[in-house]
Amino acid sequence: MKFHLKIWRQAGPDQPGRFVDYTVDDISPDMSFLEMLDQLNEQLVKENQDPIAFDSDCREGICGTCGLVINGMAHGPKLGCTTCELRMRHFPDGATITVEPFRADAFPVIKDLVVDRSALDRIIAAGGYISVNTGSAPDANSVPVPKHVAEEAMDAAACIGCGACVAACPNASASLFTAAKISQLALLPQGHPERERRVIKMVEQMDLEGFGACSNHGECEAACPKGISITNIARMRREYVRAIKNGAAAAR
Amino acid sequence: MSANASTTVVLDAKIPKGPIEDKWSNHKASVKLVSPANKRKYTIIVVGTGLAGASAAASLAELGYNVLNFCIQDSPRRAHSVAAQGGINAAKNYQNDGDSVYRLFYDTIKGGDYRAREANVYRLAELSVNIIDQAVAQGVPFAREYGGLLANRSFGGAQVSRTFYARGQTGQQLLLGAYSALMRQVQAGKVKLYPRREMLDLVVIDGRARGIVCRNLVTGEIEKYAGDAVCLATGGYSTVFFLSTNAVNSNATAAWRCYKKGAFFANPCFTQIHPTCLPQAGAGQSKLTLMSESLRNDGRVWVPKKKGDTRPPDQIPESERDYFLERRYPAFGNLVPRDIASRAAKAVCDEGYGVGATGRAVYLDFSDAIRRLGVDVIRERYGNLFQMYYEITGEDPYKVPMRIYPAPHYTMGGLWVDYNLMTTIPGLYALGEANFSDHGANRLGASALMQGLADGYFIIPVTIGDFLADHRPDGLTTDHPAFDESVRAIQDQVRRLLSINGKRTVREFHWELGRIMWDNVGMSRNEKGLKQAISDIRALREEFWKDVKVTGSADDFNKSLEFAGRVADFLELGELMAMDALDRAESCGGHFREEYQTPDGEALRRDDEFCHVSVWEYLGEDNAARRHKEPLVFEYAKPTQRSYK
Ligand SMILES: Cc1cc2nc3c(=O)[nH]c(=O)nc-3n(C[C@H](O)[C@H](O)[C@H](O)COP(=O)(O)OP(=O)(O)OC[C@H]3O[C@@H](n4cnc5c(N)ncnc54)[C@H](O)[C@@H]3O)c2cc1C
Ligand code: FES
Repeated sequence: MKFHLKIWRQAGPDQPGRFVDYTVDDISPDMSFLEMLDQLNEQLVKENQDPIAFDSDCREGICGTCGLVINGMAHGPKLGCTTCELRMRHFPDGATITVEPFRADAFPVIKDLVVDRSALDRIIAAGGYISVNTGSAPDANSVPVPKHVAEEAMDAAACIGCGACVAACPNASASLFTAAKISQLALLPQGHPERERRVIKMVEQMDLEGFGACSNHGECEAACPKGISITNIARMRREYVRAIKNGAAAAR
Repeated sequence: MSANASTTVVLDAKIPKGPIEDKWSNHKASVKLVSPANKRKYTIIVVGTGLAGASAAASLAELGYNVLNFCIQDSPRRAHSVAAQGGINAAKNYQNDGDSVYRLFYDTIKGGDYRAREANVYRLAELSVNIIDQAVAQGVPFAREYGGLLANRSFGGAQVSRTFYARGQTGQQLLLGAYSALMRQVQAGKVKLYPRREMLDLVVIDGRARGIVCRNLVTGEIEKYAGDAVCLATGGYSTVFFLSTNAVNSNATAAWRCYKKGAFFANPCFTQIHPTCLPQAGAGQSKLTLMSESLRNDGRVWVPKKKGDTRPPDQIPESERDYFLERRYPAFGNLVPRDIASRAAKAVCDEGYGVGATGRAVYLDFSDAIRRLGVDVIRERYGNLFQMYYEITGEDPYKVPMRIYPAPHYTMGGLWVDYNLMTTIPGLYALGEANFSDHGANRLGASALMQGLADGYFIIPVTIGDFLADHRPDGLTTDHPAFDESVRAIQDQVRRLLSINGKRTVREFHWELGRIMWDNVGMSRNEKGLKQAISDIRALREEFWKDVKVTGSADDFNKSLEFAGRVADFLELGELMAMDALDRAESCGGHFREEYQTPDGEALRRDDEFCHVSVWEYLGEDNAARRHKEPLVFEYAKPTQRSYK
């Protein structure tokens, strides 16, 4: 297969960026999108050009490192899959494909297609945990958790933290990401003691990082490679209102 | 060329006295302690944020130490542990099926083909139960039964159900648990996080590990960090084979540079190859996807009887198919252990019977099972895996047999550590897959996660105090000249890599090295092939330093430069692996030497001569490494020969 690529090149955070055209040939339909870029990079190195910088690690859709906007869609046109899982057979031979980084104010570009998503880590640091020191845990079966609750918590916990929800959102909101963690821990009994403090702190941090507000577009859910549902955002709001009602003092 | 084994140092594993079930308790009761008020005067460097690194960093910070924590990824949550699927073992005996700490200990020793240290393995089994408690308290959503209690499954042929799991994402969920504990300490100011950093050197001062030197992967700056101790939790080195199930950034660099600074490397040739991976889609692909071994319960493995047969599988009649596992191992058939299945598949492909575009695949066929059980049963059992296979290959395994091929998956070898997890460099510890570990010559399924977390949550917080109590903070800073020496050496290497400007890319060298390793130092090895590999690797290394092409600059985000450094190290490690495999004239676990097999092709262990850990000491670029031995003594689990009759 052969493809024409329009790829965003940007030397550094404060440099201007632009689309550059490339052509790749001899691409097997079974290749992943990133393997196709690997092949292009090999070609560029041989031609003494700077290869295209992009992030990836596990290459099987679980680490959340990869993330490109392909033809205007975070992680590309195929639903429920990350960039590294996307295969070239999903594009028509000879197609022109545009490739951009995940764009958001809170995700500054580092180089080409690589962005800084550390804001997501800071949201977790603000409260995305259960405060339990190593060694102090009771027997694992001492607190039963109904199966459907554990399953629902797992649905939310499946978030890989890639940031596609942010890239897809017209407001660049990180609500789905934040809500997934809040949901997981609010659903489980172990998470209850800190649930009010947690939601206040995490939402506060999300705002501080410069993510936009959620206005119910639902683009995040569509772009999420793990199918995290926006009902989590509803739950986050409920948790938030609950916390405020119970006195924000709990959050301090 | 051969190992220089004439001089040997005594490797003291520091195994505590007493009966095996009391060793860890006795040890905990007798180690020196650092008082709570003093802990905050110490700085501990933890490299790696996988299960081992994140759990260690969080737990040490909770105790009050100041922790500096480094990783290559942009976030600690993305460390390679995140990709583990199947589960984690623990001797909880929640199923009342006769499991116990002793049984897990015994299974692990036996599975490792009697090449692991008894005391360590017993401790691991003991701690396994605490790991599950800790994870559940953190909110890890393990699978549960309707009554609300935890579910288990049996894994990798174990006779008890002791594996805990969170769908097919156990590694992810355990890592996110450890990561959340870590981020809590980041918020508390006790851990300082350094993502997008690659450790390139260990700083040793007065014989003691005192710091590291890293490259900032965004700015290219070479940075120095000092501390009172260094914990390496940098994962395994399967990517030396180019093709592997590991993440693309997995590498050996940190461990390798510590080896060159005096940390001994143990059992480098012990690697594990997983039989059911998806074959390569094109020559450029390095990362292979793993599929659960459970597929072999119902799938039949075959290749055409005719070499180079390109007919589609449904047009090859039954009489022209070779079900080679069933033919060679009538008793176990398709369920022979990982290493045997892998070896047999590679052998038929090497002989020219392989299928698919590359000829490096065998069929895993479900048509009989579908006929026997119905498509619904198969869908219920393997639906997810079939879907995954379909997404990747575009082929429907309900209709067309899957194509599978073995791939390097895990490395049992690693830096040698004593019972305290300390390497031969005082103050340098190795945790998780980076150490030579508790898995001997072969790791059982669902045991790596357990080991990484035992090391990080429960062992290092105890043992490091014993060392630090005797080594008071002395105000050392990175102004010490040893740091600048390291920085200069790294800058020199970076300059050298960038200035060669040859013709071949880093990836091409890695590919070539992988081919040598796979053919000669892979799952089946012999003297001739190993000697050939050693000379081929040396030649390739020379060529690398003459002809590699690395573009871009030193002070920039530069992936080619990152990878160049890693491949340079693999080109050295590969040679040591071959030397170790040559030196170990026996077959055991994942190490199969063709000269040492029983008449029916089983691994032939030679306990009289090789019941030891092979521990290698670096003696400089121009000298062969020296091999030392740590003898292994089995007081509880008495060695028996493995049999799959
Ligand atoms: C596909 C797959 C499935 C698996 N499934 C299972 C399973 O079901 N059960 C099981 O028990 N085991 C499983 N394993 C094995 C298990 O996942 C690993 O052995 C284990 O997670 C390793 O953990 P770790 O903490 O030692 O290292 P890793 O998780 O590999 O972490 C290494 C860390 O070190 C950092 N690092 C490395 N080098 C440097 C450097 N030079 N400078 C700075 N940082 C560095 C990395 O950034 C990373 O943070 C699986 C492995 C694979 C590949
Ligand atoms: S590289 Fe890990 S999710 Fe894509």
